[in-house]
Order: sequence, then structure tokens, then C-alpha cells
Amino acid sequence: MSEIITPSQTVGPFFAYGLAPRGRAHWDPNGTYSWKETIGDNLVTPDASGDKIQIEGRITDGDGQPINDAMIEIWQADAQGRYANSRDDRALPNTQFKGFGRSATDKNGIYGFRTIKPGAVPGPNGKSQAPHIVVCIFSRGMLRQIYTRLYFSDEKANDLDPILNLVPAARRGTLIAHRELRGGSAVYRFDIRVQGKDETVFFDI
Amino acid sequence: MSLIYPKDSLSVYPKHLSPEYRSTVKRSPSQPLIVVPHTLSELTGPVYGHNAIQEHDNDLTKQHKGEPLGERIIVHGHVLDEDKRPVPDTLVEIWQANACGRYVHIVDQHPAPLDPNFTGAGRTVTDKKGYYKFITVKPGAYPWGNHHNAWRPNHIHFSVFGHSFLSRLVTQMYFPGDYLFPFDPIFNSVTDEKARHRMVSSFDLENTIPDWALCFRFDIVLRGREATPLDEEKH
Repeated sequence: MSEIITPSQTVGPFFAYGLAPRGRAHWDPNGTYSWKETIGDNLVTPDASGDKIQIEGRITDGDGQPINDAMIEIWQADAQGRYANSRDDRALPNTQFKGFGRSATDKNGIYGFRTIKPGAVPGPNGKSQAPHIVVCIFSRGMLRQIYTRLYFSDEKANDLDPILNLVPAARRGTLIAHRELRGGSAVYRFDIRVQGKDETVFFDI
Repeated sequence: MSLIYPKDSLSVYPKHLSPEYRSTVKRSPSQPLIVVPHTLSELTGPVYGHNAIQEHDNDLTKQHKGEPLGERIIVHGHVLDEDKRPVPDTLVEIWQANACGRYVHIVDQHPAPLDPNFTGAGRTVTDKKGYYKFITVKPGAYPWGNHHNAWRPNHIHFSVFGHSFLSRLVTQMYFPGDYLFPFDPIFNSVTDEKARHRMVSSFDLENTIPDWALCFRFDIVLRGREATPLDEEKH
């Protein structure tokens, strides 16, 4: 008989000083408090190989209003498609790249990361998954996290991705981050619409 | 260790849309979530070891020049999986209001005093037995705008990782016997009484330190259990 798991509760509006103190959210009421950051929005480590990219987007609610108190977490493989976790037995300890990041949104609902573009990773039934990032969203007004995935607009492998192919074709576009060049570096734009028109696909996992 | 994450276990979670908590109305997906298999991407997750924390990170009463005001308390417990096995070496983060019910956040305009000696954030990593401990002060109740005369029960926010991105949990720890429980739509968004009880710490006299601090025990059960032979057949 399994134990009842501890239920989720909302992250609330005040998490930033604890969970993302150096991030985009403005929280310090008088400039005198501080808290060290453990997890930030820059995943790039000096020894990480691969293409350095930025990810940026806006998260909006059912009225199209920016959500200025959300926390976006991302989990991804390295450029060789390996996860820094013991369950991935292909993982090699040759890099400090952790593959995890956290960004609180700013007052305009914008979040962002600096990272390395992930490689393709193994999928179900021996198929390969296109390069992607798992995205987990927390916010005031969300009693539990919602999961989505970010895929890259310049990847042909998307057409064969076993997870994307479970998504109705008309909604697949909500999972594609669009590549732009800004000052010579690649920025992938990934807006998240929590509810309503062009609602982002969220996963039941 | 190879865990599975049965979705049935999530049945105790609040619904995304719980209209009594008004902010869920525009912040919950309206389309059905798409069912997908758990792949390596979900079955792995970030690992933060003991190098992620520093001395006093788990003692919220020692982060400033002086001691914070309020009732000093110890909050401790174990992080477990669904089989009651310990989850070792996992990051536990907390944040909370001060003893007056005020958060160190510019958005919090509750007219209760800030405490220059209390930020209200802490973190630790569980030991080999899944054990964690914080020293802090008891957070105060505070008003919020959900409905007329709405007050949150005393609570400490918890963020825990576990073995994979599927075991990721953000929750709130409540205190036993809080008179605000019946009126709080966030607490009551968990409709199963036993599951609600999971979020309530218990008073721990045995570990209360005489002449120094009350103690509360809060065990956290994360998603994930060992597959049974029956589960293996299904796969």
C-alpha cells in the first residue's frame, strides 16, 4: 500500500526572495535584505560544450494579461543529449553543466534563460526525441505546477518526435520556440499562454 | 534506483481550477492536458548536493545581526517516497512570513512590521536518512484579498526536488489545530481529509528543547515508488 503523497499548494506571490533572489523579480522592500542564490537563470558553465543560446518569453493568463509573479523552471540535457542525473546511465562526469534553471518573471511577465542548446535524447520504444527542454510553471493562482515542453524551430527532428506527435497538429505550434538573432546570438522566443486563445499545450505526466 | 510515478497518486492534488481560490480562474488551463509517456526527460531531474548550501542556511534566526522577534521553533522531518523510503541528498527550500505575518516582498503591503533581523528564507539538503531540520520563528497569519476578511492560516512554504522532475513539489506546511483552516480556500483545495492532514505538521514534544524552542515535525511524501511485478507487466 503506497503512502498518500503530500499535496501541492500554490507557490504564492512572495516566493522570489527565497527561490529566485537574484532574478528578474523585484522583491526587496527597502534594499536591505539579501539571500544567496542557489538556482538561477544562467545554466551555462565554463566547461559546457555546445551552442550558447538564450530563451525568452512572456507568460500570460486567460485575459492575455502578463503573469508578473510566475516562476519558470527548465530541465534539459547537455549538447550531447545527456542528463546530469544517475538515471541517465550515459551521463559522463566531464562537465559541470547541470541542465536546470529557474527564472522568476519580471513586472511584464517576461522570463528568460541563458543556456546550451540540448542534443537529441532517447525516447520511448528506441525512438529518439528531438532536442527539447522540459518546462515547469509555478505561480500564484496555480495550486499545482503545470508542465510543458519547449522545442526548437530550426530542428527537422521535430517532425518525428514521439511526444510532439501525440499533440493535435493544430496545437503543436504552441510548443515551438522561434529562433531570432539578436546581436549575433541566438534567442529562442517561447511565449506561454496559460489559458484561452492559442493556449499552450500542457502535459498530464 | 528505478522508480515509477503512477498518476493515481496525484488524485489527492488540488484541481487546477478551484474557483473558491479566485486567482485560479484565469490561471488554469482550459484545454485537457495531453497524456504522454514518462521518458528519460521526465524520469531524470536536477541534483543539488551539500555543496549547494552554506552554514546557517537552515537557521533563519542567524542570518542577521540580531535575533528575529517571535516564537522560536524547530521544524524537522523526513523526505520520503511513496514506499516510505527516505529520499537522501535532496534540496529543501523554505520561505515564510515573519512572526507578524509580513513577508519581505515589495508586493506585501500588509500593515504589519518588517523585522530587520528576519528575511524568512532557508534551505538545506536531506541527509542519508532523508532527514532535514530548520530553525526559524513561527510565521504569523496574514490577510489577503481573495474574499472579504480572508486570512491565511500560519504556514511555511516548502520547495522539494526528489529523484526526478516528476517528484518536484511545492507545498505549504501548516500548524496543528489552526482555527483558520475551515475558511482557507487554498488549504481546502485539497478535498480529501487524509491528504489535507499530510500538509499539517504535528507538535513534537519529544524534540522540543527545554527553555529554548518548540518543535514541529513535518514529513514530506514525494511521488515515486518501486514498480511491482504487476506494473512491469503493464509496461
